[in-house]
Amino acid sequence: MSTATPVREAAPDTAAASPGARGWTRWWPAVALVALIAVPYSAMPLPGLLDGPIGSAGSLQLLALCLVFGALATGYDLLLGRTGLLSFGHALYFAAGSYATNTFMIEAGLPFVPSVVLGLLSGTALAALLGSVSLRVSGIAFSMVTLAFAQAGSLLVERDPGGVTGGEEGRAIPADKLPSFLAGIDNTANLYWIALAYLVLTLVVVQWAVRSPTGRVWEGIKENERRVEVLGLRPYGFKLVAFVVAGALAAAGGVVHLLLTGGATPQTTTSDFTLSLLVMVVLGGSGSRWGPLIGGVAYTWADQRLGDLAGSGTVAGLPSVLRVPLSQPLFLLGTLFVVAVYVLPGGVARLPQRLRAARAGARRSKRGEAGTAGAQVDG
Amino acid sequence: MSTVVLLAVTGLGLGALYFLVASGLSLIFGLMDVLNFAHGALLSIGAYGSWWAASGHLPGAGSSGAGFVLAVAFGTAVGTLAAVVLELALIRPLYQRPREQVLATVGVGLAVPALLSAIWGADARPFPGPHALSGTFGLLGARIPVNRLVLVGAALLVLAALRLFLGRTRHGLVVRAGVEDRAMVTALGIDVRRAFTLVFAIGGAAAALGGALGGLYYGSVDPGQGTSLLIFAFVVVVMGGMGSVAGAALAAAGVGLVQQFANYYTASGLGDLAVVVLLAALLLLRPSGLTGRLA
Repeated sequence: MSTATPVREAAPDTAAASPGARGWTRWWPAVALVALIAVPYSAMPLPGLLDGPIGSAGSLQLLALCLVFGALATGYDLLLGRTGLLSFGHALYFAAGSYATNTFMIEAGLPFVPSVVLGLLSGTALAALLGSVSLRVSGIAFSMVTLAFAQAGSLLVERDPGGVTGGEEGRAIPADKLPSFLAGIDNTANLYWIALAYLVLTLVVVQWAVRSPTGRVWEGIKENERRVEVLGLRPYGFKLVAFVVAGALAAAGGVVHLLLTGGATPQTTTSDFTLSLLVMVVLGGSGSRWGPLIGGVAYTWADQRLGDLAGSGTVAGLPSVLRVPLSQPLFLLGTLFVVAVYVLPGGVARLPQRLRAARAGARRSKRGEAGTAGAQVDG
Repeated sequence: MSTVVLLAVTGLGLGALYFLVASGLSLIFGLMDVLNFAHGALLSIGAYGSWWAASGHLPGAGSSGAGFVLAVAFGTAVGTLAAVVLELALIRPLYQRPREQVLATVGVGLAVPALLSAIWGADARPFPGPHALSGTFGLLGARIPVNRLVLVGAALLVLAALRLFLGRTRHGLVVRAGVEDRAMVTALGIDVRRAFTLVFAIGGAAAALGGALGGLYYGSVDPGQGTSLLIFAFVVVVMGGMGSVAGAALAAAGVGLVQQFANYYTASGLGDLAVVVLLAALLLLRPSGLTGRLA
C-alpha cells in the first residue's frame, strides 16, 4: 500500500492552505525525525526545559523517557481513541513485557536477545488471553474487568512469589547479560535511539492499522457498535485485534523502559500508571495522530521537571500556600487534567482546529451570517 | 475456634468499611451512571479531617470521649462538603458528556491524594483513637479489638438510615425511581439533578465516615488508603448490583470475610488476589451484574 494518498486525505484543511506550504507540511515529520536522530550529537543548551545540554546523558535519558511514554500513549489510544474501549489495565502489558524479559534473563539465564523476544511474546500472549476474556463484556463492565486483571497483576508483583519480581523494590537488570553497547551511562545515546525507534515503530503500526480495513471497522465500533453488527460484522474479533496490537506495543515499550531505567519497577504495574496514560492521551487529544504523543511527551517532561522543581531552592522559598501544591507533580497534573477535560475537549491536538473554527465563526458573524459555527467547535 | 471467631469479626469489620465506601458508589452509579473514581479521595478527606481534628487542631475535639465523636463528625462533614462541591463544580457542567464525567473524577482521584501527601507527607500518620476503642474484648475464647465492633455498628446504622431514607422519604422515592428509570422521572416533571447532589452528599458522607473509622481500623491514615480501598469497593458494587444498598451490604460482608479467611488460611495477599479475580469472574459470568442493573 502506498502511504502518500492517505496522508493527503488525512489533512484536507492543511492541503487547502496554499500549494507552496503543502509540500513543506507534508514532510515535516521526516524533518522532525532527522532532528530527533541528531539530538545526541547536539550540545545546545535548552535552559529551563532541560538541565544540561541536549546531548548530555541526563537530558538524553529524560528525552528517551518522554519518547517511550509518548509512544505508549499513542499505542493506548488505539483502544481509547480509535476503538472506543476504555481499558483501565494497560499498565499490565507494559509491566509484563518489562518483568518477563528481566525474569528470562535472571531466572532462566537466557541471553539478551532471546529474552527480549520471549518477553515480547509473553506480553502479547497475556494481552491476547486477558483481552479475549475481558472483551466478552462491554462498556463500564469492560473497564472494571481490565482494572481487576491489572490489579491482580499488581498484587502478584508486590507479593513477590518465589522472589521472582523483587516485590516493592523491583529488580535490576543483570549487567552481565546486557550487550556492551547498552550498558553504562556512556551509552545513553544508544538507548535514546532505541526509544526513538520504538516511537517510530508505534507511530507506523498505529497509522497503518488505523488506515487498514480493520481500522475502518474500529472507527465504526467507536461510533456505533450496534450498526457494525447490523452490517454483518462481529465487533468482538476486531476489538480483540485492537487489544492485542495495543498490548504488544505496550510490551515492547516495557522492554525499552526496562533498558532505559535499568530495571523492572512495581510502579509500572499500578492502576495509577494506567490512569496517567489516560491523562496523557486525553491531554494530548484522543483519536488524533499526534495528540497522544504530544500528551505523553508533555506529561513525562512535566512530571520529571516538576519533581526537580519541587526539590529546588526556588520552591522552598515560596510561602506555604504555593509551595505545598507545587511540591507534588501529581497534584498539578491531576488538576491540569480536570481543567483540560473542561476547556480542551479533544485535547491539545484539536486546539488549532478549534481556534480556526472560532476565528471563522467570528468572521462569519461579523458579516451577519451567524450560523453553525458553534456546532463545529463542539465537534 | 478462637481464630475463626477473630477472623470472622475482623472480616466483618473490613466488610463494614467496604460497605461505607460502596453504598455511596453504588447509589451514584445507579442513579447517574457515573463511576466515581474520586470516591477514594472522599474517604481520604474524611480520614484526614478526623485525624486533623482528633490531633487537637479543632477546639473541643480530641482523641477520647465526646471529643472523638466530634472529630469523626467533623471529618464526615468535611467529606460531605467535598462531595457536594465535587458534584456542583465538576460533575454538573458535564451532564451531557458521560465519559468526561468519569475522566474528571479520575483527575480528582489523582490530585486529592497528592495534595494530602503534599500537606501532611506521604508516610502513614498514627491515628489518635480513644483509649476505650483500642482495647480488646473476649468472645468465644477470642480476643477481639473493639474498633471492629465500632465499624460494624456504624455500618449497620448507615444501612438502616439509608434504607429508611430510601424507603420512607420523598427524596428517597425520587432517588429510587431515578435508579430505575431516570428519563421517566424527568418526564414526570421532577428535577432529578437535585437528587444527584443529594446522592453525592450521602455517598460522600458515608465514605468520609468510613475514612474516619478506617483510621481506627488501620491505626493510621495515609494518602493512598482511599484509592486502595476503592478497587475492593468496586468489587462490592458489582457483586451487590448497581444502585442496591442492601445488595452492597451483603456483598461487602462476603468480600470482607473471603478476604480475611483466604489471607489467613492460604498465603498472605492471596485473599486480595482472590477478591479481584472474583470481580472479573463475576462480570464475565453475569455481564449485567448480579441483579441485572449494570449497563
